[in-house]
Amino acid sequence: MSTRTDEQTHGATREPFDVNDPEVSRFDIVREGARRDDIEIVHYESQFPVPGTKAERRLTRFVTWLFLLVGLFSTAFVVAYVWWPWKYEHGTGMTKFYTPFLGLTLGLALLGIGFGILIWGKKLLPKEVSIQDRHIEPASDEERALTGSTLLYMVDELGVRRRPLLGVSLLAGLAPVGAVAAAPLIGGLIEQPHKNNQMFTTGWKPIAHGNTTELVKLTHHDGTPVRPEDVSPGGQITVFPGIPDGATNKHADSPVLLIHLRPTDAEEARAANQRAGHGDYMWGNYIAYSKICTHAGCPASLYEQQTNRLLCPCHQSQFLITDNARPVFGPASRRLPQLPLTVEGGFFAAKSDFTETVGPDFWERP
Amino acid sequence: MKRRRFDIAAVPGKAAREVDDRLQVNTPLRSLLNKVFPDHWSFLLGEIALFSFIVLLLTGVYLTLFFEPSLTEVTYDGSYRPLQGTHMSAAYASSLDISFDIRGGLIMRQMHHWAALLFMAAIVVHMLRIFFTGAFRKPRELNWMIGYLLFWVGFLAGFTGYSLPDDGLSGTGLRIASAIMLSIPVVGSWLTSSIFAGEFPGDIIISRFFIAHVLLIPGLLVALISVHLGLVFKQKHTQWPGPGRTNSNVVGERMFPRYAIKQGGFFMIVFGVIALLGGLVQINPIWLFGPYEAGVVSAASQPDWYVMFLDGSTRLMPPWEINIPIGNGYVIPPLFWPTVVLPGILTVLPLLYPFIEARINKDRRIHNLLQRPRDVPGRTALGAMAVTFWVVLTLSGANDVIADKFFISLNAMTWAGRIGLIILPPLAYYVTYRICLGLQQHDREVLAHGVETGIIRRLPNGQFVEVHQPLAPADEHGHTELEYVGWVVPKKMNRLGALGPAIKGFFYPIEKPVEAPVSPGHPPVEPRSEQQEIGSGKH
Repeated sequence: MSTRTDEQTHGATREPFDVNDPEVSRFDIVREGARRDDIEIVHYESQFPVPGTKAERRLTRFVTWLFLLVGLFSTAFVVAYVWWPWKYEHGTGMTKFYTPFLGLTLGLALLGIGFGILIWGKKLLPKEVSIQDRHIEPASDEERALTGSTLLYMVDELGVRRRPLLGVSLLAGLAPVGAVAAAPLIGGLIEQPHKNNQMFTTGWKPIAHGNTTELVKLTHHDGTPVRPEDVSPGGQITVFPGIPDGATNKHADSPVLLIHLRPTDAEEARAANQRAGHGDYMWGNYIAYSKICTHAGCPASLYEQQTNRLLCPCHQSQFLITDNARPVFGPASRRLPQLPLTVEGGFFAAKSDFTETVGPDFWERP
Repeated sequence: MKRRRFDIAAVPGKAAREVDDRLQVNTPLRSLLNKVFPDHWSFLLGEIALFSFIVLLLTGVYLTLFFEPSLTEVTYDGSYRPLQGTHMSAAYASSLDISFDIRGGLIMRQMHHWAALLFMAAIVVHMLRIFFTGAFRKPRELNWMIGYLLFWVGFLAGFTGYSLPDDGLSGTGLRIASAIMLSIPVVGSWLTSSIFAGEFPGDIIISRFFIAHVLLIPGLLVALISVHLGLVFKQKHTQWPGPGRTNSNVVGERMFPRYAIKQGGFFMIVFGVIALLGGLVQINPIWLFGPYEAGVVSAASQPDWYVMFLDGSTRLMPPWEINIPIGNGYVIPPLFWPTVVLPGILTVLPLLYPFIEARINKDRRIHNLLQRPRDVPGRTALGAMAVTFWVVLTLSGANDVIADKFFISLNAMTWAGRIGLIILPPLAYYVTYRICLGLQQHDREVLAHGVETGIIRRLPNGQFVEVHQPLAPADEHGHTELEYVGWVVPKKMNRLGALGPAIKGFFYPIEKPVEAPVSPGHPPVEPRSEQQEIGSGKH
């Protein structure tokens, strides 16, 4: 194997090379071309020194087969794409195998090309070792001085030093141009987060009709109002404000979990409510909490009946329903807001909006 | 008129002359064809990322032809019966159409998703290779930084991408993202309402994510990848040390034909694997999750794997809320630390790592030779520490599933994660450091005493000794004076040619072996005088 010193001496004693010399083989020309790029092919060896051996023919045959299989699988892909029943049908049937079959044929066809040319390149082409000079020597000090002076000369020619006013005025002019670029972007995008007090109100806010206000009903997902009989003891349902689009994402902060506690748990919850100053928030044994986790806003919706804990499946915050939905485990730091309940004409309604901020925390939350 | 004979053999030469007359590409082309690349399997990890990115572009363009980035409410009437008549966004409906009503749309969607996962995985594994072999050292600090930024830009591409279908799972992810932005002190609520154009979810976020996902982020990725590859090309690839390899040369194969052919084949294999995954392995079955509704979530909601470490850090974070009692009072929610501060640290520290390491080592030289991880125990141990930190976070991102499947208490899993996150990384540092030193020590032993032959010899006095095969002519004590150079030391006799060449053939040999393999009963105990260099037996 040649070393770096060999290469250098080689460069010095390079013989004149005639490309048109009939004596020179094509490989010699290739080697000469590489040398002119500071590359020395130090080892170049056919993997089959004796041509046409069994091993070589076997490899060639194998690659040939691979390429033929590519044709087969590609055709199978197109045939399946066009004629296989593809339209989704409910239940089981041929259509279920449409995508897997496409994947299988396409994958095998591509793997066929891949392995075919990989084996061709790796096993049939000659092995070689070439050495290229990296040229890591940095430019000489002289070169650097030349380039540096060229740059400095440009600055001199501009004459900013002699005419400082130009530079100052240019900077003074350019700064507002940057602002021009930023203004439409920021100005167009920026939104006041506290428009209509939106971060502190939800769909449960009583609707004002002149002097009277109408309380918002608790409704099912389909908009029908909820009666106390709809929830059996120990059960819970998700309810939405009974306003237009109340159950849609337009009121993403409004989903509420309505729980019908068992009598003993209800006692406990009521006592806890008293302590928190939420004495009249429950209605009978019914209690309602915002479903939107105070941690990251996922719906805290896994209710464990035995322990009265509410678990948020995103980050496992757990809230104890019988203790004002206080966070008892996990990353949440704030209790779930409670919705004050009442019953009007046999249907549940919200006495008022939440008295605490719903959803994930933010800087200016009081 | 004399008809000129058309000589087909002369056409390529003539055409080439015409092109060169105009563009003068002859000499640059030759040096491009001849450019030498060092070869090692670990240099191909980055290629997987590049090839997955190409598949992402191809399948992604296809998907844009059918996807409708809009939150307008529609009633689904496609062929997936369980959701017929459901109100949903146009984005979700068109994603369902891609899955069910566009011929071959599902495989494209699944290939796109799989390619994205593979893209990120390849980036991470490639980055580990670069880190543990010291390939980021001078002069390649800039490329390390670009590569590291590529991870985060890819992360954003992935997040904006899987938010687009607006299914139950992606909507939940979006909600968490909005909460994360909201948690930033002072500007949080302004930032969130500006991005969502009002309160979450608003009706424009999917359109904004769409343009980011199909234009802005891919544009940035293409630009960064181009610079990344350009720098590899300009600075030439690093290489492992070994016989004939120095800091100032590149030993390997010329780019054409063999190297380029192998690359092409590898691309097709990556593409093929993605196609197999896309067809055979279901991913993100959005039709099962239903449309996003703020009040609906399912258990085991996990993000894609490369986001899971942040999910894990969020789960492990204790509920530490900072209250600032000024005026009405201000809050820094606990969510801020694991999702804004931690990624911030994780972005800046690794970005500067090459400079930090060079400064500590007072190392200002240029390095083109790689280091084996065992030869730089400090860095390797630090890397193992970082990987352990990441693994604990990622596992914690799935702690509810682990708790469920292995019947462990969920709270116990969270506590295990919290404690593990503090205890395991330093432990990993210590263990890795010792393993590195042990491996080095063993290399030195082999250099001094030779390879263990596995032959136990009984001496006339009854003593048993193991016969060693020295790697160089030994002195009277059987010791050799070989310098430790930080490269592979042969540790098995067949590395020294003690066994004959492998016999090829499936049922019977294709060719008769030239000579029978040396029986293991006759070890070549005599040191071979021509063996001078320490090598792996490979080039």
